Amino acid sequence: MNEERILLHHGSGGRLSRDLVQNVIVPVFDNPALRRLEDASPIGSALGRMVMTTDSYVVQPLFFPGGDIGKLSICGTVNDLATAGATPVALSVGFIIEEGFALSDLRRILVSMKNTADSVPVPLVTGDTKVVEKTKGDGIYISTTGIGSVPEGIELTPVKVRPGDAVVINGPIGNHEASIICARNDFSLQSPVASDCAPLHGLMKAVIEKVPHTRCARDATRGGLASVLTEIIEASGYGIMLDEDSIRIDSDVRGICDILGMDPLFMANEGKMVIIVPTESAQTCIKAIETNNPKARAGVIGEVHDRAPRLTVRTRYGTSRIVTMPMGMQLPRIC
Amino acid sequence: MGGRGKLRDFSQYRSPIHVNTLVKKLHRIYPGGTLKIMEVCGTHTMAIARYGLRSLMPQGLCLISGPGCPVCVTPASIINAAISLSAFPDTAVLTFGDMMRVPGTAGTLELCRAKGADVRILYSSLDMLENAKKERNKHFVFISVGFETTTPGIALSILQAEKMGLENVSFLVANRLVIPALHALCSSEDIQIDGFLCPGHVSVIIGWGAYREIAERYNIPCVVAGFEPADIVMAVDELIERIANKTPGVGNAYERVVTEEGNKKALEVMEMVFKPAAAEWRGIGVIPDSGLVLRPQYAHFDALTRFEVPLVTQEEPAGCRCGDVLKGIIVPTECALFGKRCTPQAPVGPCMVSSEGSCAAYYTYGAGE
Amino acid sequence: MCLAIPGRVVSIDGAVAKVELGGVERMVSLQLVLEAREGDYILVHAGIGIQVIDEEEAKATLELFEEILKEEAAWEAEGN
Repeated sequence: MNEERILLHHGSGGRLSRDLVQNVIVPVFDNPALRRLEDASPIGSALGRMVMTTDSYVVQPLFFPGGDIGKLSICGTVNDLATAGATPVALSVGFIIEEGFALSDLRRILVSMKNTADSVPVPLVTGDTKVVEKTKGDGIYISTTGIGSVPEGIELTPVKVRPGDAVVINGPIGNHEASIICARNDFSLQSPVASDCAPLHGLMKAVIEKVPHTRCARDATRGGLASVLTEIIEASGYGIMLDEDSIRIDSDVRGICDILGMDPLFMANEGKMVIIVPTESAQTCIKAIETNNPKARAGVIGEVHDRAPRLTVRTRYGTSRIVTMPMGMQLPRIC
Repeated sequence: MGGRGKLRDFSQYRSPIHVNTLVKKLHRIYPGGTLKIMEVCGTHTMAIARYGLRSLMPQGLCLISGPGCPVCVTPASIINAAISLSAFPDTAVLTFGDMMRVPGTAGTLELCRAKGADVRILYSSLDMLENAKKERNKHFVFISVGFETTTPGIALSILQAEKMGLENVSFLVANRLVIPALHALCSSEDIQIDGFLCPGHVSVIIGWGAYREIAERYNIPCVVAGFEPADIVMAVDELIERIANKTPGVGNAYERVVTEEGNKKALEVMEMVFKPAAAEWRGIGVIPDSGLVLRPQYAHFDALTRFEVPLVTQEEPAGCRCGDVLKGIIVPTECALFGKRCTPQAPVGPCMVSSEGSCAAYYTYGAGE
Repeated sequence: MCLAIPGRVVSIDGAVAKVELGGVERMVSLQLVLEAREGDYILVHAGIGIQVIDEEEAKATLELFEEILKEEAAWEAEGN
């Protein structure tokens, strides 16, 4: 086996494939289920309802301040499970690797995945690897699927949202996308801003424990805070008004937004959970978040109402504006 | 130093206390009746919408968006030409992000990119020189749009390209000038504007003195405004004062960066590289001396000439009233297509395309509730 | 038509400066603001400095805001 590069052979299903899995991938995760190298893995008995989610990761660059594609692939899926209030039970992974990819980079990604998964903890119990010809892939794509179990009596859904409910978030917005913009260096902006990529299972567990009547939760990834709130509005039929001054935006992120003319409300996060709770539980929710993570800067950023079913922002001048999801990705502008 | 400390705190120009006080003053001095103030600049339209300033205005004071939106007024023929250029082999089209989604007759630059053309977004026109140096086998065309704020930077890029002897760059020039457009608006019969909120950053370049000819010829006050909420309301206050006192003239409410003569160096480089020519403004028509073309000594940088791509004027779709919106004759909601056939998802006319276009701002932010 | 934001000149190398804009750094051309010095605040548009921000005028504007605040308070006090 070529010690440095992935070859097309590694995806062929032959000896080299098995070698790659057995000698490079499995040892990193090393658990009984994975060691059996079967296609489908038993995940043991679990209490409560089972939920399943899947996601794919194609970020460029692969390594960025605050994380990498591997860490993302675990956090993203764990966080999707967390929005249902689920405890992650097991993950599977699919790799599509481009011919010529450096083995050292692959190892680095695998270790990152292992460390992140351990921190939850959630085992990676099965996986698949394919290799594509040079120029037919972007280094590496990762897909993860997660299964979780939801405790008895917990059901988080936007349908439960009621007028008067508080909208809580666990910290400032826009950090992940800002960090990627700088890491991609398309606009030659230098900033130490790091992605907020983090698993939020512990946060949700703490919140549900203290606030069992939590209505729903969403992790604000692509499309940002505005995107998930729009989803909640569409599902619940109620409107949400945000208080602009309550939404925390780090100064670096603000700087990047000001230079490029972008709106932080639409910028991707990878460690932010938007949680809707009855208004009387808002402070309890915030305390639970901060107990779980003392560095979190959680707060109430808005409220649900029964006027029009849309997303609005109340500015610090007492005026309000409607927030409409952009057609596609935000593009930088000079005007 | 106390001065520097205050200078560092740009948030003062956003302070609710200052904004609310200026709004109070505005209500106090407002002479009553209907007054139409045109905010010439698209970035002002955005700022006003973003801060919800319309809803703070006294009853009767209408803020109308004008044609100062390069994206809105760039003719479809330019986009079509850009798309044609992107189809040439070994050619990359470089553009500000703003232009990516402007519809030409058969698509956008964004769609072009999706179909495999090399289209790249730049933050600064100077960055194209780096690209051209690195990739000698590729030809780079820069879509040059913008008013006087942006044009000097593009002139610098051309001068630098000349100095570096770069042969693999060219420019699709569609820059516009503000003062000729104001003249055209004021000379138009159906216009009814009581004051101009003048574009702060264009004014950094051309100076507030440039508006004298407008104020004097048409007896319409012009006040230069910055872009923070307090800057904008203060400028509106001054406009209303001038209207109420019947002392039109020119005012400058953005003194920290706008001077009477403007930025001489910037005006010099623009003059060196470009000269005025008649230009088509989407929705309005041709305005004499309102656009820029390359001077003969830089004409070898002209992309249309280099690639022999013609500019073909396009008709606006039937029912589109962008021209009337841009001239401030109607508000977006008065156009029959607004929100129905014409939305940001499927824009018919230019005012809906750009996020700072009047129609897009109305649609996206609401008409000021 | 003009997104331009203030940035602080951190260091100068010929006609190019490293400028700090709200915590982010970028190289900015000073060709249109050759008088800019380290520590100055300049207005940056599309990677190019277009004006040095006049400290005195900035101060004056903020002082004007304060004056207007006092004026309006006085008007209100006069029982309106």
